[in-house]
Amino acid sequence: MLLYLVPFAAVAIFLVAVVARLVRIYSLPVHLRWELYPVAHEQNAAYGGSFFEHVDWWQQPRAKRHVGELKVMVPEILFLVGVREHNRPLWARTFPFHFGLYLSAGLIALLLLGGVLQAAGVTVAGSAGFPGAAVHWLTVVFAYAGTGLCLIGALALLLRRLSDPVLRTHSAPADLWNLVAFVATGGLALLAFLVCDRDLALLRGFTQRVVTFRLGGEVPTLLAIAIVAASAMVAYVPTTHMAHFFTKWFMYHDVRWNDEVNTVGSKLEKKIQAQLAYKVDWAAPHIQGGGTKTWVDVATEEVAKR
Amino acid sequence: MSQPIPFSDVGRPSAQLGHLDDRDLVPLPRPYDTWAEKPLPPLSAKARETYECSLDDTCAVSFPRPKSKSEEDELVRKFLSGLAKLFTSNNNWTFLQPLVLSMDHCAKCQTCAEACHIYEESGRNELYRPTFRSEVLRRLYFKHRSGGSLLSAWHHGDIDIDWTTVARLLELAYRCNLCRRCAQTCPVGVDNGLIAHEIRKLFSAELGIAAKEIHEKGSMLQLKVGSSTGMNAIVVKDNIEFIDEDMTEKTGVKVQTHWDVEGADVLLMHNAGEILAWPENPGAFAVILEAAGISWTLSSDLAAYDAINYGLWYDDAQFARVALLHAQAAKKLGVKKIVIGECGHAHKAMMVIADRVLTGDLNIPRESAMVLLDDLVASGRLKLDPSRNDFPVTLHDPCNLVRLMGVVEPQRRVVRKIAPQFREMEPHGVHNYCCGGGSGFAIMSGHNFAEWRLRAASRKKFRQILEAFRDDVDPTHPKYVCAPCSNCKGAIRDLLAHYEAGPKAGIYYGGLVELIVNAMVDVKPGFLSFGEP
Repeated sequence: MLLYLVPFAAVAIFLVAVVARLVRIYSLPVHLRWELYPVAHEQNAAYGGSFFEHVDWWQQPRAKRHVGELKVMVPEILFLVGVREHNRPLWARTFPFHFGLYLSAGLIALLLLGGVLQAAGVTVAGSAGFPGAAVHWLTVVFAYAGTGLCLIGALALLLRRLSDPVLRTHSAPADLWNLVAFVATGGLALLAFLVCDRDLALLRGFTQRVVTFRLGGEVPTLLAIAIVAASAMVAYVPTTHMAHFFTKWFMYHDVRWNDEVNTVGSKLEKKIQAQLAYKVDWAAPHIQGGGTKTWVDVATEEVAKR
Repeated sequence: MSQPIPFSDVGRPSAQLGHLDDRDLVPLPRPYDTWAEKPLPPLSAKARETYECSLDDTCAVSFPRPKSKSEEDELVRKFLSGLAKLFTSNNNWTFLQPLVLSMDHCAKCQTCAEACHIYEESGRNELYRPTFRSEVLRRLYFKHRSGGSLLSAWHHGDIDIDWTTVARLLELAYRCNLCRRCAQTCPVGVDNGLIAHEIRKLFSAELGIAAKEIHEKGSMLQLKVGSSTGMNAIVVKDNIEFIDEDMTEKTGVKVQTHWDVEGADVLLMHNAGEILAWPENPGAFAVILEAAGISWTLSSDLAAYDAINYGLWYDDAQFARVALLHAQAAKKLGVKKIVIGECGHAHKAMMVIADRVLTGDLNIPRESAMVLLDDLVASGRLKLDPSRNDFPVTLHDPCNLVRLMGVVEPQRRVVRKIAPQFREMEPHGVHNYCCGGGSGFAIMSGHNFAEWRLRAASRKKFRQILEAFRDDVDPTHPKYVCAPCSNCKGAIRDLLAHYEAGPKAGIYYGGLVELIVNAMVDVKPGFLSFGEP
């Protein structure tokens, strides 16, 4: 019974951690522009050009090419093209790791789908008809490929981090622990599949009972340990720097590609004006904010008289 | 390649934490393959005794060493106070979101390191690794925030919070050009250039500590006198009058600079350093604008005749003050737009960063001179003879103008049209390398800092220049590095002088407008003269 609560707890912690980060990020004020070219939605993103290249650019219509962002983000997320271009030795290790994680996420989705289908009376097995067979075989492929790639990648990353003096010096204990945890989780899951659940039927059955809240039934010990380990990782990841799996969106869209122009009377201008009224308490002699001066006060005071 | 520097060493007192060894510098190509680099002149014993110089072989800030432990403790207390303020909306709404994202998500994969010209050319010196200073700040921040908990040390790594660490972090912030090439390569989007910028800000805004060339003799002088050059309005007008006369004589066409013309189409803003160091640049602008019949003016208002805004590199308050003066001058004259001359950081300051500082009627349109010049050349309003520029030309991309605001092609179109032997540096455009003068380095020359810059920060640019001209190293064949930015020109000037590139390889430098005027049919031939690098 307790085992059945673990995935719920993991998902709850995951959601709380993600929401907490989102709230934190969204609560931060609008910042000064700090874009970095190429900006993917620009018409001339191919060479890194911007709207500033046009005469009287403020009078020209601006069309953001959102498909341009997709053309950058999708390969970046799926294949880590940036790492491949700039750090090939790392890519050889981190790509299998990340792709293994994507497949593992896909595995969870397939297990949920399989569980729902089974609860609806559809047989999910290799010998069943469509869609049961398709879900079955996809689950098997995702399970072995996902955990296998994750294990290989995490192990390779761990060995590199331990053997490279620079990476080792820059690593905090948690950086090493994170990789150890992925190695252990991937290894446990793969071992559990091979030893006691080769066709993933037991895990699908477990998932079915979870999604239908029929929380009971035996699960082999090794598989149970793997479920606990994987759940722990689901809960743990968004509490660490590995939250970049979703915060990367903000780092690109809110910073690197954020070239929204401030125009007179715009919502953006109103936000800026509100922030210019924030009280400053920087203490250097040339500012002496003291918590009483606003940004406008600081910017408009006559420095010559200081 | 130097050995990794444990973070436990950062706070441990020693003569210096790292060392730039001339033998580690990456060899240069022909004709400098046999060049014997002179050793970096050592810091004087007095400098080491007087100032905080325990990072490496140079000293950027010249902050006086505290005289007692209690003075050190007080500085650390102020630093920690500033560190806390850096992460508040009130004090740092300007960059808080990018800072938080970069602090929280570094995977420490070191992909960024190979993109850094200082790290690479110094022989992969660990001290100049882009993540090194960021990691020092990150560890300090999380340790301080958590009250020094073991969990924080486990999660983020440990470091000593003491004056030695703080003093070294101060200097580390001035070993980065803020070119943000490293940020382009980060798989996650972490920006180590931004973190260097924020460290500088913390020291300046809370402790009043900054490199004196950019603060005391930079933005403060500009705000008090009108220009970091020290020129007030009377002096600058005198100098421009002299330039007009000189240019009239040199070009054979009447040159007239206009001052404070109300309702002009264009308020042109030069980096005032041009007026003193490269007077032919503002002169060439005047020739071009007059020939094209543009309605233009300069402003003699406080700070408005100097487009620089050094606050961009280290202090948001100073930045806002200068940006405001620039906008107020334009508003007073009622011009249609401000055009920024050949100054990269002034471009980014006024067009990108100030965009979210200037509101209401101060939000006056701002445009790059590259765009205006491209338009004038393409439209045929200038009569040009490219054969006058029939010598090898390469184009330097100022980081602020190109990587940081996407003005890539206008200046290229001009050069392609007027220079038959144009060739690109590799890489170029938004993937260019910094000249080594970025973020104030070009004007910082205390102790041996300028010598350090030549060896570590500017060396990559010299390599690029040499490779662009590798087909012709004959010193009797003049070659031109077109650098449309004052600070870049300053760095390249020093670089070419250091390597005797004029007499040794025939390499000279200048701006874009000089190249245009050299090709103008109505101007006496030989505007560009290749005598001095």
